[in-house]
Amino acid sequence: MTTPSPTVAEPGPARLSPRKKQRIIRTVQYVVLAAAAIFVVFYADWSSLADNFAKPDVAEKALPDLFRIALKNTIIYTLGGFLLSFVFGLILALMRISQVRPYRWIATVYIEIFRGLPALVVFLMITFLPLALPGFEVPGGTYGQGILGLGLIGTAYQAEVFRAGLQAVPKGQTEAARSLGMSAARAQFTVVIPQAVRIVIPPTTNQLVALLKDSSLVLFLGVSGEFVELAKFGNDLASQYSNATPIMVAGLTYLIVTIPLGYLATKLERRKGAGR
Amino acid sequence: MTHAIEVRDLHKYFGDNEVLKGIDFTVEPGQVVCVIGPSGSGKSTLLRCVNLLEQPTKGQVFVHGRELTDPDVDIDAARRHIGMVFQQFNLFPHMTALQNVMIAQQRVLKRSRKEAEVVARENLAKVGVGDKCDSYPAQLSGGQQQRVAIARALAMNPALMLFDEPTSALDPELVGDVLTVMRKLAEEGMTMLVVTHEMGFAREVADRVVFMDGGVIVEDGPPSQVIGAPKHERTRTFLRRVLHPEER
Repeated sequence: MTTPSPTVAEPGPARLSPRKKQRIIRTVQYVVLAAAAIFVVFYADWSSLADNFAKPDVAEKALPDLFRIALKNTIIYTLGGFLLSFVFGLILALMRISQVRPYRWIATVYIEIFRGLPALVVFLMITFLPLALPGFEVPGGTYGQGILGLGLIGTAYQAEVFRAGLQAVPKGQTEAARSLGMSAARAQFTVVIPQAVRIVIPPTTNQLVALLKDSSLVLFLGVSGEFVELAKFGNDLASQYSNATPIMVAGLTYLIVTIPLGYLATKLERRKGAGR
Repeated sequence: MTHAIEVRDLHKYFGDNEVLKGIDFTVEPGQVVCVIGPSGSGKSTLLRCVNLLEQPTKGQVFVHGRELTDPDVDIDAARRHIGMVFQQFNLFPHMTALQNVMIAQQRVLKRSRKEAEVVARENLAKVGVGDKCDSYPAQLSGGQQQRVAIARALAMNPALMLFDEPTSALDPELVGDVLTVMRKLAEEGMTMLVVTHEMGFAREVADRVVFMDGGVIVEDGPPSQVIGAPKHERTRTFLRRVLHPEER
């Protein structure tokens, strides 16, 4: 296409002008879309779908406990895991940029392992902890197990977020603090970390959304009763009524939280772009 | 009499690149010494070695008779009394002007909040930005930011001040405000080591001018001599370029 042939120099009447070509391509796109829509509308079994995924009376059965237990637990698992990953992520990030080489190694190994493992595998391993360490129990029981799993994974990601934030603070900031007589640690805590935290607010919000979604993996810890979160709750009800509506309802409940958070992250990002 | 600053046989390498090739010089208390020279001559590195923001590869640095290059010296304690002003101001962007001037007083000198605030307001007024206490750095012009940075250093009651090209990042019309403040400081008897390209300031305010090139001190003397009647060809070439840039 890039090699010009002699005929291109003088466009003959048979050739399409770029604008005409574009119009035809757009028309084709609309036709494909309309065909797909028509196919879905006429060939999908709407009544069966509605019966399985949006049955009002089944949805109603989910109602009080959906928020009272499931959403509440999802938020407990998520915020607990988030808190762990925030604190340990910062520590790991500081280790990662430390002058002490073994600290850097430890941080790097941890981050690589827990970013590389599927979250599900981490949760499965947690269920086998009592077997591996007889007599050992994760503090906080079921909540503790879920929070530990999310914290282990979140820490690895949050550490990388913090590292980027810490490195985004100009070197001159540390130099100014040191020239005023602050120790290296004091300069970090007074000058660098507060700025880094501000810088990482948008990606950290995205991290929170990711954790919220991963909290559904608590399902694999075999939780029950008052410890179930949204996914498990939906799944249990769905089995009970042989109907997918509760899963749909649980999904919608996730979206009620994740979509606003996503918008918040975008907004924070834009505000940062506009300059502090 | 002890020198305010004494540098002995100072060498600094960045990798294989020798930036300072054996510097010996002194600054007496109350003196204003301007360091001039082409970019890459090592003048900023020399200044940064005085408060050990750069670790000298070899040689000694004494400030008021104490050897800062001695590994047993508490460098944080020593830096409290050495004010430094940077080309890029380096104000803390998450703090107001007032907080910028207060923070090290509180955290390093352990002054009370009240006392720190009084000292901060005094110094901000002194440098002519007393009305900008509650502004954040981003809301200030370059000249105002640099004056806040000077106030921040002064609030620590420094025995001497280091200036690293303090006006090089400023719009031309803002340079005067900063130089006026520095002139006032010099008149008050502050010991000052100033890396600068402002020849007018060096000529009028400095007690001594040091010309550096290629990591060595080429010429050191009163401004009337180093700027007015330079002995070395390198100094003459540099001054010609700086003072008459259009005649190349």
